[in-house]
Amino acid sequence: MSPLGKLLSDTRPAAPHAPWRRALAGDATWQAAIGELCTGHLALLGLWGERQAVHMALLDEAHSEIAVLTHECPSGTYPSVALHHAPAIRLERAIRDLFGLEPDGAPDRRPWLDHGTWPLSRPLGAHPRAEIGRQDYAFLAAEGEGLHQIPVGPVHAGIIEPGHFRFNVNGETVVRLEARLGYVHKGIEGLMAGADLARAALLAGRVSGDSTVAYSIAYARAVEAALSAAVPERAHWLRALCAELERIANHLGDIGAICNDASFALMQAHCSALREDVLRAAGACFGHRLMQGCVVPGGMATDIAPEGLALLRRLRAEVAARLPDLTELYDTTTSLQDRTVGTGILSPALARAFAAGGFVGRASGRAFDARRAVAYAPYDRLSFEVPVLDAGDVDARVLLRFREVEQSLSLIAQLLDGMPEGPSRAGLPAGEGPAEGMALVEGFRGDVLAWLRIGADGRIARCHLRDPSWFQWPLLEAAIEGNIVADFPLCNKSFNCSYSGHDL
Amino acid sequence: MIRLLARNLFGPPLTEQPPAADDAAGREIAAALQRASRRHLGHSLAIRHVDAGSCNGCELEIHALGNPYYDLERYGLRFVASPRHADLLLVTGPVTHNMAEALHRTYTAMPGPKWVVAAGTCALDGGCFAGSYAVLGGVSALLPVDLHVAGCPPAPLDLLRGLLAVMERPRKATIA
Repeated sequence: MSPLGKLLSDTRPAAPHAPWRRALAGDATWQAAIGELCTGHLALLGLWGERQAVHMALLDEAHSEIAVLTHECPSGTYPSVALHHAPAIRLERAIRDLFGLEPDGAPDRRPWLDHGTWPLSRPLGAHPRAEIGRQDYAFLAAEGEGLHQIPVGPVHAGIIEPGHFRFNVNGETVVRLEARLGYVHKGIEGLMAGADLARAALLAGRVSGDSTVAYSIAYARAVEAALSAAVPERAHWLRALCAELERIANHLGDIGAICNDASFALMQAHCSALREDVLRAAGACFGHRLMQGCVVPGGMATDIAPEGLALLRRLRAEVAARLPDLTELYDTTTSLQDRTVGTGILSPALARAFAAGGFVGRASGRAFDARRAVAYAPYDRLSFEVPVLDAGDVDARVLLRFREVEQSLSLIAQLLDGMPEGPSRAGLPAGEGPAEGMALVEGFRGDVLAWLRIGADGRIARCHLRDPSWFQWPLLEAAIEGNIVADFPLCNKSFNCSYSGHDL
Repeated sequence: MIRLLARNLFGPPLTEQPPAADDAAGREIAAALQRASRRHLGHSLAIRHVDAGSCNGCELEIHALGNPYYDLERYGLRFVASPRHADLLLVTGPVTHNMAEALHRTYTAMPGPKWVVAAGTCALDGGCFAGSYAVLGGVSALLPVDLHVAGCPPAPLDLLRGLLAVMERPRKATIA
């Protein structure tokens, strides 16, 4: 029996939950799950709260199985996962800030999203209370002769999202980096509660603007799973088309920006022009350059423009023709390689322990891709490779993006050739009582998890959206250790974690 | 690399003359932008951008202003790292409670005369995030806003149009 099957064998199922099981776990099962996380048989997909319960999503990579365990917390406490499994630390801190649920034995009791500026603390919990105000934040210490600190942010030098980085350095070498995030916390999960499905879709599409398609698909699939809604085949294919365009646009932007952080502006110029071509094509085909609001529960908000397929064929050919020159430019510019090779190495062991998704995980040997592992429509009928590298440095994360663009171009060709006819949207069935749905969708940055409960009134009762960045931000701190401060922008851009997606 | 450079050298430029060459309004904006920024600030306008809580969609489009198609810097408009060097504060996103202090400090660090442009639907009134416990509101809840650029996110050309409008404002005020 698989580890997850064994874990679930003596649990009772919770509410109707699709497409995977959600089970109520007592202390013993909860602890057994934590044990499996520590051994690496299971990976943590998410950990989120409700007023009186904590949910833990688990992935069994070897068997491609997923399940959710729920620990009820009538007394407001639950056994800490983070005590044994570090990737849960920030998730538990966020649950505590939002819901007031206390993880028993938690190794880090500092607030995370709550900076002491909200009108209420524990705003989503059963017992919100008046905010006590701003407190000093104790950064993790580094001690030794000649060490000094460099505080950076939340406002950074470029056009970039806000976050604070506290560097402890010795000369120019980084001894310890700690990030403090939460600056762009907008309370999206609070706004979701009680929202109708359309408004919640709008919010889901604005969790992280660069992944708006991935989030919209994840949210839509979770709604469709909860309501057992059938979606027209054409909608799945059009969604994948949007998702691959989004992936290409972001990867091109990243490749250019990483090289630009090594002062190699030529690549930035080429990549940003190519990215603009992709965005303009997306705008012409779907009515929005970033394809915001294009994917809705039930299918697509609008079908692709009549000339769209031909336009995308031309775009695909253009990008495919120009990409080899850019790959060669990257490969043969030694001054650039000098900055990227061997810089910011993330060890495969850490990538695996944190279940890091996307190019961060795949550049460090973790071959997980939700398109392959979950094989949601239409990827179950398309042929593609999941490129994996082992070096784990900035160079590997750049090369991997090049390879993923190639794969996406191949996918787009298949999607254009095989695009089914028919409607691209279907009505949603009315739900019968509360229903829960979940989805895991591969965005450009990694797997986006959406979990939601639709109440008897047909509105969202609770919706949790977990950005891949939750499991990548902590790894950036590990990757930068021992590198020079000047290489931080390179490392940071090569991870390109989302601030907004993480802060919610 | 030589092949790539040679092709660029002998091929036509990507830069649109002016941005969105198919759009007469774009041409007009580009010319007027140059006139206006010269009148007020010699040849340059230094912009400091602050994300006060955006979903990062607006940032992507602001970034696009720097690509070869729009090439913002040819008008003398450029993004600067320090608020001390900035003439204009470009703010995106609803203002979250957690970002309010940093945004305010950035503004006060800028020397006068200075302008504030709020870009995007959220920056107007909080957009779809208005009413949240974590959101203060639009940019005008904290700072005097000279202009708002609509859009979710505003397209690069809309952003250019907005920068122009701010440059024109003091002149109009003088005439009145």
